[in-house]
Amino acid sequence: MTPFTPVRTARLALTAIAFAALASAAGAQGTGKLKVGLMLPYSGTYTALGVAIENGFKLYVDEQGGKLAGREIEYFKVDDESDPAKATDNVNKLIKRDNVDVIVGTVHSGVAMAMAKAAKESGTVLIVPNAGADAVTGPMCAPNIFRSSFSNWQPAYAMGEVAAKQQGKKKVMTITWKYAAGEESVNGFKEGFEKAGGKVDKQLTLPFPNVEFQALLTEIAAAKPDAVYAFFAGGGAVKFVKDYQAAGLNKTIPLYGPGFLTDGTLDAQGDSAQGMLTTLHYADGLNTARDNAFRVAYAKSFKLQPDVYAVQGYDAAQMLGVGLAATKGDIGKKAEFTAAIEKAKIDSPRGAFTMSKSHNPVQDIYLRKVDGKENRLVSIAIKGLTDPARGCRM
Amino acid sequence: MDFGTFLVQCLNSVQYGLLLFLVASGLTLIFGIMGVINLAHGSFYMIGAYMAFTLAPLFGDQFLLMLVAGVVLATVFGYVLEWAFFSYLYQRDHLQQVLMTYGLILVFEELRSILVGNDVHGVKVPAWLDGSFALGNVMSYPWYRLFASAACIVLAVALYWVVNRTRLGMMIRAGASNRDMVRGLGIDVKRLYRIVFAAGVALAALAGMIAAPMSSVYPNMGASVLIICFVLVVIGGIGSITGALLASLLVGFVDTFGKVFFADLSGIGIYLLMAIVLIWKPEGLMGRRT
Repeated sequence: MTPFTPVRTARLALTAIAFAALASAAGAQGTGKLKVGLMLPYSGTYTALGVAIENGFKLYVDEQGGKLAGREIEYFKVDDESDPAKATDNVNKLIKRDNVDVIVGTVHSGVAMAMAKAAKESGTVLIVPNAGADAVTGPMCAPNIFRSSFSNWQPAYAMGEVAAKQQGKKKVMTITWKYAAGEESVNGFKEGFEKAGGKVDKQLTLPFPNVEFQALLTEIAAAKPDAVYAFFAGGGAVKFVKDYQAAGLNKTIPLYGPGFLTDGTLDAQGDSAQGMLTTLHYADGLNTARDNAFRVAYAKSFKLQPDVYAVQGYDAAQMLGVGLAATKGDIGKKAEFTAAIEKAKIDSPRGAFTMSKSHNPVQDIYLRKVDGKENRLVSIAIKGLTDPARGCRM
Repeated sequence: MDFGTFLVQCLNSVQYGLLLFLVASGLTLIFGIMGVINLAHGSFYMIGAYMAFTLAPLFGDQFLLMLVAGVVLATVFGYVLEWAFFSYLYQRDHLQQVLMTYGLILVFEELRSILVGNDVHGVKVPAWLDGSFALGNVMSYPWYRLFASAACIVLAVALYWVVNRTRLGMMIRAGASNRDMVRGLGIDVKRLYRIVFAAGVALAALAGMIAAPMSSVYPNMGASVLIICFVLVVIGGIGSITGALLASLLVGFVDTFGKVFFADLSGIGIYLLMAIVLIWKPEGLMGRRT
């Protein structure tokens, strides 16, 4: 066997690099398949959310005959495990290893922030189909970063306005976990509520993901506010709403929240959630032609009822489609791609929306009421609400 | 804060403290008396809670019967676990104990994920404990939480009595300070340790079962309680059951009132308490100076 002399090694390395460059150049050409990287939770607490987002995304692509702007779609999937510590490695698998053209992800705000950072550095297009962290379209905003869902501020601000104007509450307490999403939500509520003349009396917090609410419920019972605004999600939301009822508070002090307090949790909450008012950019019983068609198609394809997450995934694909249509399938034309989405009106099942300057949906926020196992539409809380995008310079 | 609220917050503190004591007392037995750093102790608490979630529907309103069944299962589980793993650990150094018990945490979490999944669950309060106890207009307090406190008090008294007043307790305490001497007296130390370990597991699992209807059942619940328990054992003085009880009540009050008055600091309240106690008494409240 020939020994590895320095010259031989260098030639070998150069050849390898040349081949690698060729391979990636081939992938980047406008004519081949468009590589879409799905970085979503496929294990853990958020699995169902990740699956719904992927289903929604694929549903739209399938409706277009499996192609967007004439280009076939090739999917690359990474399970983000909702673990911020692994986020940078995971997103780099898609960007550097698979050379994807666009990344769609994710649910967890901490993971989404790491993805936004990587997308900003590499220039890869990122569409966030859930994570509501204000920062993604705030200080971290970039021309190639879009969100098809919401910012934590949006439903919270709307609920604040509803509580003060419609419900006539004067003095309200808030309660949440002491972490970014919770703080963004209660601050959004406070802003909306106090602008409309109310006063947030006291802001209770407990460490994430602590669910020992007893001491704080005792405080609420003693302070007797006009209402309580709570931000919890998943199992914590189930537990809080049930404990609130068990303490007998729901009879005298109404409980408000963003939709996450009752979305996907009504089975477990049962009676304790009945009649609760929440705000979100989607609701059951919108009964528009667009939404009905979407719900039927989704149910047919996946034998499942769609939810807000499926809608957000569907709209992520719509946004990608709009950008690609404007550039005839060439995602390399960054400026045209971005401009097209910025100008577009997305025909979403939730109701049409446009993009704000910071690339967050400008959308109607609905007021919903829990009725049985549905979050029924009551009214539009605020029409066309724009996230203030504080800190965004673009 | 009016008087009624103050009273309820005191009850909350005592109830939370007593529950912590139940977990920590098992850790005190295993860590303090037998000298094994058992990081998997929190997992026994989690296993107890998931056991309640699984067993509660089968037993319906026979809540007490369910607790008994759960304790029996946990004791057997602890006995086997000691035989299979922990009996090899007593003579090893702390690093090996930490590695092995950390490995066990990973195994238990994975098994849990395979058997019951990663969802958060609630457990129903039995019908005969549903509702609240009312003291006129002054205050009202959920029956279940009163029951939980009472159960913990009974167990604490029983534990104190066994460790400090019985022959078995005497052997345990003697075995802790001088293993060889006790063996010399013709006592089967191996079996003694196996019993103590199984009791420790049963106490943690029982705490998990009692806690399940109050705090939901969720993955990683063991990890959060484990850290608090080590804090308790350190504050109370390593190896002292009475110390663990005192520390638990103290932590119950600090945590509850901390949440209410210093919400922003509520996450670090118990660590501040630990720091203060250790500055004042480095061996813990009831620890022996060595």
